[in-house]
Amino acid sequence: MTDGTLPARGVSAPKVAFFNNPKIRGTIFQAIALGLLIFLAYRGISNAVTNLTNQRIAAGFGFLDNTAGFGISQTLIPWNEAMSYGRAFVVGLLNTLLVAVVGVFLATILGFIVGVARLSRNWVIAKIAYWYVEIIRNLPLLFQILFWYLAVLATMPAPRDSISLFGELFINQRGITMPKPLFQPGAGWIGIGLIVGIVVAFAVRHWAHKRQDATGEQFPVVPTMWGLIIGLPLLAYLATGMPVSFDHPVQGRFNLQGGMTIIPEFVALLIALVAYTAAFIGEIVRAGIQAVSHGQTEAGRSLGLQEGRILNLIVIPQALRVIIPPLTSQYLNLAKNSSLAVGIGYPDMVSVGGTILNQTGQAIEIIAMWMGCYLTISIITSLFMNWYNRRIALVER
Amino acid sequence: MKRIVSTLALGAALGFSATAALAQAPAASTTLRNVQNKGYIQCGVTQGLAGFSMPDSAGNWTGLDVDFCRAVAAAIFNDPTKVRFSPLSAKDRFTALQSGEIDILARNSTWTLQRDTALGLNFVGVNYYDGQGFMVRKSLNVKSARELSGASVCVQTGTTTELNVADYFRANNLKYEPVVFGTADETVKAYDAGRCDVFTTDASGLYAERVKLAKPDDHIVLPEIISKEPLGPVVRHGDDQWFDLVKWVLYAQVTAEELGITKANLDQMLQSPNPEIRRVVGTEGNSGEALGLTKDWVVRIVRHVGNYGEVFERNVGPNTRLGISRGLNALWNKGGLQYAPPIR
Repeated sequence: MTDGTLPARGVSAPKVAFFNNPKIRGTIFQAIALGLLIFLAYRGISNAVTNLTNQRIAAGFGFLDNTAGFGISQTLIPWNEAMSYGRAFVVGLLNTLLVAVVGVFLATILGFIVGVARLSRNWVIAKIAYWYVEIIRNLPLLFQILFWYLAVLATMPAPRDSISLFGELFINQRGITMPKPLFQPGAGWIGIGLIVGIVVAFAVRHWAHKRQDATGEQFPVVPTMWGLIIGLPLLAYLATGMPVSFDHPVQGRFNLQGGMTIIPEFVALLIALVAYTAAFIGEIVRAGIQAVSHGQTEAGRSLGLQEGRILNLIVIPQALRVIIPPLTSQYLNLAKNSSLAVGIGYPDMVSVGGTILNQTGQAIEIIAMWMGCYLTISIITSLFMNWYNRRIALVER
Repeated sequence: MKRIVSTLALGAALGFSATAALAQAPAASTTLRNVQNKGYIQCGVTQGLAGFSMPDSAGNWTGLDVDFCRAVAAAIFNDPTKVRFSPLSAKDRFTALQSGEIDILARNSTWTLQRDTALGLNFVGVNYYDGQGFMVRKSLNVKSARELSGASVCVQTGTTTELNVADYFRANNLKYEPVVFGTADETVKAYDAGRCDVFTTDASGLYAERVKLAKPDDHIVLPEIISKEPLGPVVRHGDDQWFDLVKWVLYAQVTAEELGITKANLDQMLQSPNPEIRRVVGTEGNSGEALGLTKDWVVRIVRHVGNYGEVFERNVGPNTRLGISRGLNALWNKGGLQYAPPIR
């Protein structure tokens, strides 16, 4: 193309040296990069294998069947010291999931409240939300976890002087102890009643919305839903002859015996994670609301809607489109940050896995399991949030 | 074309240097050479356990385990200061040794079959015979560990202690709630704050940690010792020369005590006609060369650090704050278990 004219249609481009052809060049460089990567990975792996062999450390996941032999302070599934390392890891994983799920739920609620409060026209509320966000998100999370743990511990009485509510609920340094429900045969009906109650409640909501769309008549949806969700299990409970008894905590020599206890490590970790993540979610919610044109609010007002309904029906649905993607990141952060639990002895996956690693020396395997679990949790969260994002996306007609 | 060639060269160089760095990790039978080349020993110790390894206000580490590393440095470099210390938690200690981050682990670690084999480690011997005990508040009026059913127990994770306590309660059909922490400090703080009724670790550790409590006199150590805890220095599998060297530094200290060779009388001992002493101090034979050291290796150790008895008295003995009597750690001919194979 040195003569400055374009080649005529149908005439092939002038020949260039093969090493100047961008396509070939690209392929060659990609191949070299890939080759180097494979070489590096090969050297890394063979180096690890050689060193493990030299030190006579066994590789593989066989160790997961061996007896663990250590106790765990909070277990969602039955656990004793005679069970295997594999089960110990699952106990830790479930503890991580528990704090992550409860944390995400509470942080979302608190975050939305903070975000809306930040924009409140009430000066005091707006300032409180502002300082909350500024203080919480500027302090390191581990510091906050330790603060809550030490603050929770320091202010609580010893087990013998527990704060007692109705003689059933006890709060002390060892956590919050309450009666534990014991289910007798027939108790399954209560669960069925609950599931049916939830399904029917949502069916009623769906029906009521349709009816309102068609006729404009409103139906008391919320009270009906609560009535169904609470009423049906209650009915089942009474109909089957009250098949639930309670294991009441009683004062033992050292601690309260019986009942069930929420350990202070869980409480401290949950409070810190929720408070920390909610500060970020608050800012995301604020950004989302501010992204909605003010004209939308004015339009709502001119229709005579109340402020609360404007927020619920007009502003938030539109704000959600801006909120959801960054919100996903916060959920992922919360799940991953739960690994800081190690600092206060909450038996999460990292803490329990670390003990297994230390006892067995299977560092590579345990780290691979950690990575696999966090990756799975994160991918599932993102997939769900992406699905939700598509669902609420602006439908263009 | 020129650019392609230079890019390729750069890429290749980067790749090779990266793999070289990867391959450099702990190679077999070169620990001594590596140590001599870098000019110091990297020694893993606790993050602070009075009498065993603890930094003072000036940042100098002291203690029984610290002195062991100093003795190895004295044997190699004739200079006990050529040691750098890595404070490690119980959980991280073995990984640090396996990965080559440290050359010796002297961190009151219990010698067990599992650790000696599957963890890729070699225990060189026992520099302190210990056993696990329990500490509780006096106000609980507990006289025996058998009364501890239902108690919550603070314990450091990744220790044999954690496993022993589970075994003990299971074997005696007692219930307990384990509360585990990553470091000794966190464990003691939680016990002091009232998170648990019982603090458990090796008996020596109980005495060392008690001084950290807000009111040490409010706590008692229960009489039961529930386990054997032979504590000793550790090296990696795969380097027999280094294993031998570290092992014999320990034996040299015990032998020196047995023969009465001390810091004070060292110069007299060099003149001794006793053939056994002459072999040990290197005036006869060449015991040091077989280890890759000089003839006067034991002299170096005793001159700079002292014999086993001196080290014990200085760090944990009856005249220290810990006030521990020799007990099992006395020499074999004085009713204890400390026994070294002959140096000849």
